[in-house]
Amino acid sequence: MASPTTPAVSPAQSAQSAAKPTLLSIRNVAKTFGRNAVLRNVSLEIAEGEFLTILGESGSGKTTLLRIVAGFESASSGELWMGPDRLDHQPPYRRRVNTVFQSYALFPHLTVEENVAYGLRVAKRPGAEITQRVSEALDKVKMTVHATKKPSKISGGQQQRVALARALVNRPRLLLLDEPLSALDANLRRQMQVELKSLQREVGIAFVFVTHDQEEAMVMSDRIALLRSGELEQVATPREIYNRPATAYVAQFIGHTNLLKAEVKDGVVQCASLSWATSLPDGPALFSLRPEHIRLAGSGTSNVRVHGRVLQQAFHGATELIRVECSDGLVLVVRTASGSGTLNQVELEFSASDAVAVRESPERI
Amino acid sequence: MSGEATANNNPRSRGLLLHAAAVFAFLYLPIVVLILYSFNGQGVGGFPPHNLTLDWYRILFADDAIWDSVFNSLKVAFAAMASALIFGVPAALALDRAQFPGKAAFRRLVLLPLILPGIITGLSLLMLFNLGNIKPSLLTITLGHGTALISVATTEVFAGLQKLDRAQEEASLDLGATYWQTFWAITVPNLKLPIIGAALLIFTLSMDEIAVSFFLIGRDNTLPLEIWGRLRRGITPEINAVSTIIFMFSLVTIVLWYRLRIRAEGSVDVGTELTEATPSS
Amino acid sequence: MFSRAYKTVVTVPPLAWVTLFLLLPYLLMFCYSFWSVSPQQTIVHSWNLDNYKELLQKTVYWQTLLRSMWIAARVMLFSLLLGYPLAYFLSFYAGRRKDLLYQMVIIPLWVSYLVRAYAWKTTLGYDGVFNTLLQYVHLTSHPLNFLLYSPFAVVLTLTHIYTPFTFLPIYAALEHIPRNLVEASHDLGATPAQTFWKVIFPLSIPGVLAGATFAFVLSLGDFLAPQLLGGPSGIMISNIVVSLFGAAYNWPLGAAISLAMLVIVVGLLILSERLEKKWSFS
Repeated sequence: MASPTTPAVSPAQSAQSAAKPTLLSIRNVAKTFGRNAVLRNVSLEIAEGEFLTILGESGSGKTTLLRIVAGFESASSGELWMGPDRLDHQPPYRRRVNTVFQSYALFPHLTVEENVAYGLRVAKRPGAEITQRVSEALDKVKMTVHATKKPSKISGGQQQRVALARALVNRPRLLLLDEPLSALDANLRRQMQVELKSLQREVGIAFVFVTHDQEEAMVMSDRIALLRSGELEQVATPREIYNRPATAYVAQFIGHTNLLKAEVKDGVVQCASLSWATSLPDGPALFSLRPEHIRLAGSGTSNVRVHGRVLQQAFHGATELIRVECSDGLVLVVRTASGSGTLNQVELEFSASDAVAVRESPERI
Repeated sequence: MSGEATANNNPRSRGLLLHAAAVFAFLYLPIVVLILYSFNGQGVGGFPPHNLTLDWYRILFADDAIWDSVFNSLKVAFAAMASALIFGVPAALALDRAQFPGKAAFRRLVLLPLILPGIITGLSLLMLFNLGNIKPSLLTITLGHGTALISVATTEVFAGLQKLDRAQEEASLDLGATYWQTFWAITVPNLKLPIIGAALLIFTLSMDEIAVSFFLIGRDNTLPLEIWGRLRRGITPEINAVSTIIFMFSLVTIVLWYRLRIRAEGSVDVGTELTEATPSS
Repeated sequence: MFSRAYKTVVTVPPLAWVTLFLLLPYLLMFCYSFWSVSPQQTIVHSWNLDNYKELLQKTVYWQTLLRSMWIAARVMLFSLLLGYPLAYFLSFYAGRRKDLLYQMVIIPLWVSYLVRAYAWKTTLGYDGVFNTLLQYVHLTSHPLNFLLYSPFAVVLTLTHIYTPFTFLPIYAALEHIPRNLVEASHDLGATPAQTFWKVIFPLSIPGVLAGATFAFVLSLGDFLAPQLLGGPSGIMISNIVVSLFGAAYNWPLGAAISLAMLVIVVGLLILSERLEKKWSFS
């Protein structure tokens, strides 16, 4: 499918960041451990200065992909290119790539500032330069006051900042972050998400961030690459991936959705008792309809209406999620603003254009 | 860190491999020589060995003194194993569950015989027995071994206690069992593997023990002391044969112990436990 | 959770045993060192410092002590030089063979000390394997004398005995180093050699100290190897003590020397422990 020099682009990939030049080119990378195919034919272009998140469940291969880019694993097949240089033949200590580890991996026998200075010392930079860059880096992550402490004496959140500083001080071309926030509690996590994002904007280095938390991915990324069972399901901006999911898996993984199985005949979609016009060809079809796009019937500019009985009404703070059983047994999940009172029989409506056609996501062995 | 382990084609790893091979050769060389020469017709010395024979083994098996010493060693080993466990298991429990004055000192004291040269343990016990007018005999040797090896039992059982789920014992007490019943029904079964491992180790160490035994010996010899006596008088090829057999037994015992350890802990956690449980000279 | 009775039952017997068979004997040895022996070969319980004076003044005693320490130092050094790279190889390079190789290292440990010392005696002897082999391949024309009945033989044999001892704590320390620290070091640009000196070695120091202490302390007090292989020039301090408790019948003096050895050994153990604490970072 791909020629030797151009990377294979899977149909699942949509909008690329055409504006920024490509920093790292991952071409047809596959990785097998024994008989376990962890990555199958992954191709991805990472642009300069972008914040890209590799999102996936555990076992999706996201950490393996990251480790291949860092150099801790070698790909079974495929290539990595950074500019004109082939990256995958180089050992990790020659790549202009740095990693923030999930467990931080701070050196226990060195102080915070010695940890941060490590990469510069190893590169034999002059002492004065090291001192200056280290204090700058510590300042950026607000850890200056802890400079002379050992890692065992600072908290997890603080260790994480040190790990960040230690990586960034070397001015890598690419920073890899392996689920760095997963060990933090919820509030600290949200705070760090904001800080990380602004830090990335500030230093202008490309960040590749690995996580299983789709909310986190949406909040922080310029683009999201969703990985499932070793293959890329979709690569797009958060808005794109939310509003125009390419497959059923994407639709269900990111946010809530209603997956509607339908049949198209003569330009009309028929799903249970619902129908609307479409330009899709005849045959079976799958649609993703977000709960917030279904409204309690009101003024009625939407073209699809259905009547239903409320099964369950769950209070979620600002909004409520309502499970409605329509005629023909179709169950829809609806999101409305709180304060509608307890509902029993409801009239629902949505615009046909909000029902996005998605592909099936077959099982991958 | 898969990178390191697979990168075996550079000078560094080749150098390390060579060094490792050399060290293994150094460690096994004399033993191999011993085994080889136990079949040598000319006895000890001379190269290359020729005239392969089983004569030395035949002579060995007919040697009454050796058999006597073997039985003595076995008696001592079993007795030492028993006393080390009888006192060592409670010691582990005490360290794990009780607070008493001098606890830290107690812990150190128990470990000392394993780290100190055997001569100190042996001589001090000799002085004690002399004071009490107890003549040196298999009993004194047993007491010596027991004392030196209590800490083997204590450290292994203590480690096992750390892995024990306290809640099980609490549940037993909650359901009406006494401490004694709980000990035998819950605690001991959970400590099965550490106890067996310790027993195996103590047995082996006792069979090989010579430094402490040296000073506490009476008329009856243990096997190592019997061999030692003959060595003082001159070398006979029989010694090669008996050494080979000892080696084989030790080999089997240690592999057994290792497997037990793996089953108990998933992997052999080579902590200070093991380093403390090593024979002193 | 545990009643007083329970705690008493588990504490008292071991405590009693240890007091009777460990504490008391050491105390006794302490007392003996201040007594003397009469011409009639009986112990005189008069308290004096004569034994210690003799220990310090008579050259044969303190010289032998120093020589023993020098032998012990060499054994320590060689065991480290042999044991450390071996431990490093097993921990970082051995992959799937690690388990098997580890067993192969500890097996010699459990093979009787006597067997191994004896094995060296036969190997190094005048008519021994080594000498006859060297002559067989015409590297030497007559047997080498220094191989046996010399400090060389003692150092060689003790190194053989204690290398696995030194290996164990070093291997344990190396195994405890999280592998992601090594990855982090590579990630930050350090080559494997740099990573070893800046990360791996510093974190293995407690193991090195423990192994070194073992080798030194146990070699210092050894009397079997010198007696088998040392010859007159290889006599160590423990041999003197042994004779003082045997033919030379002077228990008090023997006790004094043993006590001196005990003090040195305990001092080293305490020092080693302090240093280990200083260098342990987990």
